Amino acid sequence: MSILVNKNSRVITQGITGEAGKFHTEQAMLYGTNIVAGVTPGKGGEIFLDIPIFNTVREAKRESDANVSVIYVPPAFAADAIMEAVDAEIPLIVCITEGIPVNDMIKVKRYMEGRGTLLIGPNCPGIITPNEAKIGIMPAYIHKKGSIGIISRSGTLTYEAVHQTTALGLGQSTVIGIGGDPVKGLDFIDVLKMFQEDSETEAVIMIGEIGGSAEEEAAEWIASNMTKPVVSFIAGQSAPKGKRMGHAGAIISGGTGGAAEKIEKLKECGVYVADLPSEIGKTLANILQNRK
Amino acid sequence: MKIHEYQAKEILKRYGVSVPKGVIGDNINDLLEKSEIIENPIKVVKAQIHAGGRGKGGGVKVAKNRDELKQYCENILGMQLVTHQTGLEGKKVNLLLVEEGCNIEKEFYLGMVLDRAIGRLVMMVSTEGGMEIEKVAEESPELIFKESIDPLTGLLPFQARELAFKLGLKGKIISKAVTFMLALSKSFIDTDASLIEINPLVLTKEGDLIALDAKMSFDDNALYRHPEIIQYRDLTEEDSKEIEAKKYDLSYIALDGDIGCMVNGAGLAMATMDIIKQLGGEPANFLDVGGSATKEKVTEAFKIIVSDPKVKGIFVNIFGGIMKCDIIAEGIIAATSELGITVPLVVRLEGTNVEKGKALLNSSGLSIISADDMKDGAFKIVSAIK
Repeated sequence: MSILVNKNSRVITQGITGEAGKFHTEQAMLYGTNIVAGVTPGKGGEIFLDIPIFNTVREAKRESDANVSVIYVPPAFAADAIMEAVDAEIPLIVCITEGIPVNDMIKVKRYMEGRGTLLIGPNCPGIITPNEAKIGIMPAYIHKKGSIGIISRSGTLTYEAVHQTTALGLGQSTVIGIGGDPVKGLDFIDVLKMFQEDSETEAVIMIGEIGGSAEEEAAEWIASNMTKPVVSFIAGQSAPKGKRMGHAGAIISGGTGGAAEKIEKLKECGVYVADLPSEIGKTLANILQNRK
Repeated sequence: MKIHEYQAKEILKRYGVSVPKGVIGDNINDLLEKSEIIENPIKVVKAQIHAGGRGKGGGVKVAKNRDELKQYCENILGMQLVTHQTGLEGKKVNLLLVEEGCNIEKEFYLGMVLDRAIGRLVMMVSTEGGMEIEKVAEESPELIFKESIDPLTGLLPFQARELAFKLGLKGKIISKAVTFMLALSKSFIDTDASLIEINPLVLTKEGDLIALDAKMSFDDNALYRHPEIIQYRDLTEEDSKEIEAKKYDLSYIALDGDIGCMVNGAGLAMATMDIIKQLGGEPANFLDVGGSATKEKVTEAFKIIVSDPKVKGIFVNIFGGIMKCDIIAEGIIAATSELGITVPLVVRLEGTNVEKGKALLNSSGLSIISADDMKDGAFKIVSAIK
């Protein structure tokens, strides 16, 4: 088991003929991900990277029976691409695109209400179940099949946690980057729920950052629902107020979203918080050791 | 992107939001002449800088006659205005807004912002006008009223009425408030704003509702579709290094410390600042070179870091995924030789092609201190500048 994606996932790439779409689709294929088709409006009927290209997501889904779509469409067109995949009833959408206007994502979120589709991202590295499916831009070789579920708002900091758990021999069940935007698809609690129910996941690493209150809400959910140990790290302890730290969502404003408040809440709710980003793996290994 | 008060009022006025009559200028005689069109002898002089808290810092004055008006314009124009948002050195006032005074009956707060928890915009009002809304939210949250906005319909008249009633407005003023709120909400959505604050929103003795102050900022990701908003950008209000960084698609924020940082990824960049601080150092900046850095981008990033005279050492922390470590190493070597970097330089490379990258650095003959992991790197740079 794992969550959301596995070797049976049938994936299409929206924006496959663009530079990023092409490169990462090739990388995913090399990893063994089952990429079944691509979508680029106007290029339907062509064959690209040995798979068929369709004009619309609806058509691609009908012909290839896809159940996941990954989006590399430029920011001005990405919201439309997500809604097209939602309308085509693709069960899981992974949007990698960075820089989508907030108002566009507000519309996407509204459009998704009452429909069955799940969205990961945007502005995220994607999702990987080691040895089964890599859907996104993460470097493949740092991953190792194992028992740790990882969920994160940040890209490279996720790689840091993956690398540490691989080096310690723990490996990962599934790794999900939910992205650094203020309006997005799946949030911490949605994914924590899945990890709690996944028999293969033994413990969870949750990497948060300043801005918003998703970490605080997750902490409360963990306290009353989670039996598996959760280790967390919050980036941005030294960030000044009112400055956006790269990610659109990473900003301390109006007295909320600071790292200290998040860390305090997490600890209060029984989550283990690593003091240093280099100790995330070690903190987790110690906890697992003590439980045995 | 932030804009000035007078610019925000220009936009709002276009949408039908009532604002006081005002004139703008950077020359005293010119301003005095222009302000003749304001009949009311009571006029308000307001410094136009991007920071809040201008009144407390002496940047806003009410003049009762022409002599006082001249006096206040002279005092404020060119002053170094210090507020809680400018830092100790303050900001130079280059531009003044002179506005018609008004007879205030009551002051309210009105704001519009994204509510991240529900993924929708909300309009908020409070009877506690003129106060810092953060303080109200903390001390008496029951005095703040909110309506969330469905993106399919925009703010609806009944929602605006609801807010007007909560403010205790009565009679004809209700419909004025509805017009005001609907216009403001439309301006927010049309221009892809990220924040509008009217603090205070004023009810005058004559029964009008006026935006006495206006703060507006915009979603950077949506600026591409608003050339009319980009024109409002005031580069003198921004850090020159941050402007330079934007040109090369680098995300840079100047900070007060002395250790320059170059990192890929926003989360890792923040974590790098954190670890430096925890080990007793102070970061000089936040710098995310992004996921697709090239040799040229790395060189530009170095240039920006060393242009900060406070920088006594540099820590490069790269976890290469898409970005290959050998490419980064080439960039580091090119930049250090081109710029003749003399401060200690610690480099931590991890990820794709890491061995190649390390080998390049080792054989370059440059005095680069190499680190095994980010803690080791942070420790080495903090020790090196002591």
